[in-house]
Amino acid sequence: MSANLATLAGWPAALAGLLLLTAGPAQAREHIHIVGSSTVYPFTTVVAEKFGRATSFKTPIIESTGSGGGLKLFCAGAGAAHPDFTNSSRRIKKSEFRQCMENGVTDIIEIKIGYDGIVIANSRRAPRMALTRREIFLALAKDIPSPDGGESPVPNPYRTWRDINPDLPAAAIEVLGPPPTSGTRDAFVELAMEGGCQSFKGLAAMRKTDQRAYQAACHHLREDGAFVETGENDNLIVQKLAATPNAFGIFGFSFLDQNADQVQGARVDGVAPEFENIADGTYPISRPLYLYAKAAHIGVIPGMREFMAELTDEDTWGEEGYLTDRGLIPMPDAERAQFRRATVERLRLDLL
Amino acid sequence: MNKAAFAGNDSPESPVVRRLRAGIRARYRRERRFRRLGAASLVVGALFLLWLLGTSAFKAAGAFSQTCIAIDIALDAAEFDGDAPYQREAIAAAPYNRMIRAALRAAFPEVTARRDKRRLYQLISDGVQYHLRDRVLADPQLIGGTHRLWLLADDEVDLLIKGRIDRNLPQANRRLSDQSINWIDRLQADGRVERRFNRHFFTAGDSRDAEQAGILGAVMGSVFTLGVTMLLAVPVGIAAAVYLQEFAPRNRFIDLVEVNINNLAAVPSITFGLLGLALLINFFGMPRSVPLVGGMVLALMTLPTIIISSRAALAAVPPRIRQAALALGASRVQAVVHHVLPLALPGMLTGAIIGLAQALGETAPLLAIGMVAFIVDVPGAVTDPATALPVQIYLWADSPERAFVERTAAAIVVLLAALAAVNGLIAVLRNKVEKRW
Repeated sequence: MSANLATLAGWPAALAGLLLLTAGPAQAREHIHIVGSSTVYPFTTVVAEKFGRATSFKTPIIESTGSGGGLKLFCAGAGAAHPDFTNSSRRIKKSEFRQCMENGVTDIIEIKIGYDGIVIANSRRAPRMALTRREIFLALAKDIPSPDGGESPVPNPYRTWRDINPDLPAAAIEVLGPPPTSGTRDAFVELAMEGGCQSFKGLAAMRKTDQRAYQAACHHLREDGAFVETGENDNLIVQKLAATPNAFGIFGFSFLDQNADQVQGARVDGVAPEFENIADGTYPISRPLYLYAKAAHIGVIPGMREFMAELTDEDTWGEEGYLTDRGLIPMPDAERAQFRRATVERLRLDLL
Repeated sequence: MNKAAFAGNDSPESPVVRRLRAGIRARYRRERRFRRLGAASLVVGALFLLWLLGTSAFKAAGAFSQTCIAIDIALDAAEFDGDAPYQREAIAAAPYNRMIRAALRAAFPEVTARRDKRRLYQLISDGVQYHLRDRVLADPQLIGGTHRLWLLADDEVDLLIKGRIDRNLPQANRRLSDQSINWIDRLQADGRVERRFNRHFFTAGDSRDAEQAGILGAVMGSVFTLGVTMLLAVPVGIAAAVYLQEFAPRNRFIDLVEVNINNLAAVPSITFGLLGLALLINFFGMPRSVPLVGGMVLALMTLPTIIISSRAALAAVPPRIRQAALALGASRVQAVVHHVLPLALPGMLTGAIIGLAQALGETAPLLAIGMVAFIVDVPGAVTDPATALPVQIYLWADSPERAFVERTAAAIVVLLAALAAVNGLIAVLRNKVEKRW
């Protein structure tokens, strides 16, 4: 029994040993570590898998942390303990860039990988919708300028689409969309809601005078049940839409592309969310997707250069590359050449 | 007692008796209602469980079989460097993709346009070239001949064969073109399309190509993580419970510890993840995304559960056991270790399993320490990057490709089966060692 007691007492020692064993300076990693946006995740993972198979390097590990979370991890420092790349569904902010600089991440390569359209889709069993950004704003904003021309905003009075525009169906407004932590939500609010907001003279003027009030008026989505936050899971939205013909969903183009037999995208400002229209910029709600690389890790973490080469290959991100099969909208030729050069020449990003 | 008076007072017509009878009837009715209510809630619970199991199993059924296409592949000796016997490197470096594409073109010689050829190549899964390489590596005798090999079909083809793609929709609304469907129909008429057992699902790691995605990486990740959790949490938890219940002095400090343990049991699990991030990764410099860290974090999370249930098990051992041991001259430690602990063990075991089952289903704390990640390689040690089963379910559920829907359901079925197995094992163990007095 004393042996039993000894093992019991030995546990804290073993625990401490375990800690010491793995502690100390982080050893050099053999795999590339990528963090960041869940919107870019489906694209980078495909590249990573191909890269792992086609080369002798280990398959990169990709965490889905969201754009903001990814940049925070990325900018925490240089060295093997910190990620080598971060996915972002928006451009790095000045404040984040400054954070990077302060933590010694001074050499960042910016790689735009392509575009993503944000679609407003409904079930194929219902007629296809055509909306303007102004109508989107009127349907989803928490407060809207008084419809009778009054000065002060009123809580959104619209219950059905027909209330907004007599040409629209009489169905109740029900839109499923991502939560505020999502990059898709940020982009939707900035591009669609703000776009609609600008069509009101009073609100557009407010932008110059009172930035705060302007943002509150334009960025605030309804909380009375017409807009339903459904979590980050876009696939779930697609399944819900297929079951409820009157509901609309907001998600990335790749989900529409993969589920085109069940859902259809609404025209926005007369433009359908189709590959060509997003690629040439006529579809109004589209945004660039980025990958940021830590140049200091080139030559330290094996495969950094080769991974960037795989990503910027024409067979990957080109017009007919495999990323387009996954719903990525490729950049024009000149832009692709520009960002490929950035990776080869290690062009340093400078935002300050 | 006077019989007449008795009969008079208690006669059936007496108002007192009538009131009593009515009262008894009402009581029986209430009791019946209560029992029925209990049974009904059980039925409701069972229905929910059946619904969950039923829908998961129904959706998952498709994931266990996978469409394969038979193609005649010419493994031309000229494509391999050197002469027979071929070096492993020469076999590994051969251009299998080219051979597969040539075989597909040979099967459909009329396809010449570049776009059409590209579409044709997409009938076959992207990973097939690596499967073919492994096959030739295992059997170099194949080189030089033409073989009809069953190759993994693309996930879209698989969905079509499983009837998940509506052929009647206009071409623009589905992922497969009329042309592709025509090709598949021709292959099928030739008997060259077959649904086979989906081996990859159980032997491969994660993949972004649904047809190649497997659950082994996540299962191994869960095994390693829970292994670490069990090694840390069970001994520490039981030792803490024994000390607190049997030896600790009754003072303010111990009261404070107890309050804190009860408190910790109710703390949301993400908090433990953040603690792991701050302490283990940022302070001790341990690597991200590894089961070792995940296991430690989950150990912290399950510790309070184990301590509380272990203490309850110890408290349930009658004091007379301790008193008898002490009366016969055992020391306090001997009384506990020889007599109380064995009797409390089944209850402690149950508590430990409940804690571990909770840990098995947890994702939130793993998010903070980087285990919610795309990891292709199957982990082989606690320090290899890994995910866990529930994380894999979450990641697949969020994938745009339709074919991941059934894989998500299949992963849920696997997770539920694992939980049922663990709980079943415990029920058996407990019945074996349980003592009654």
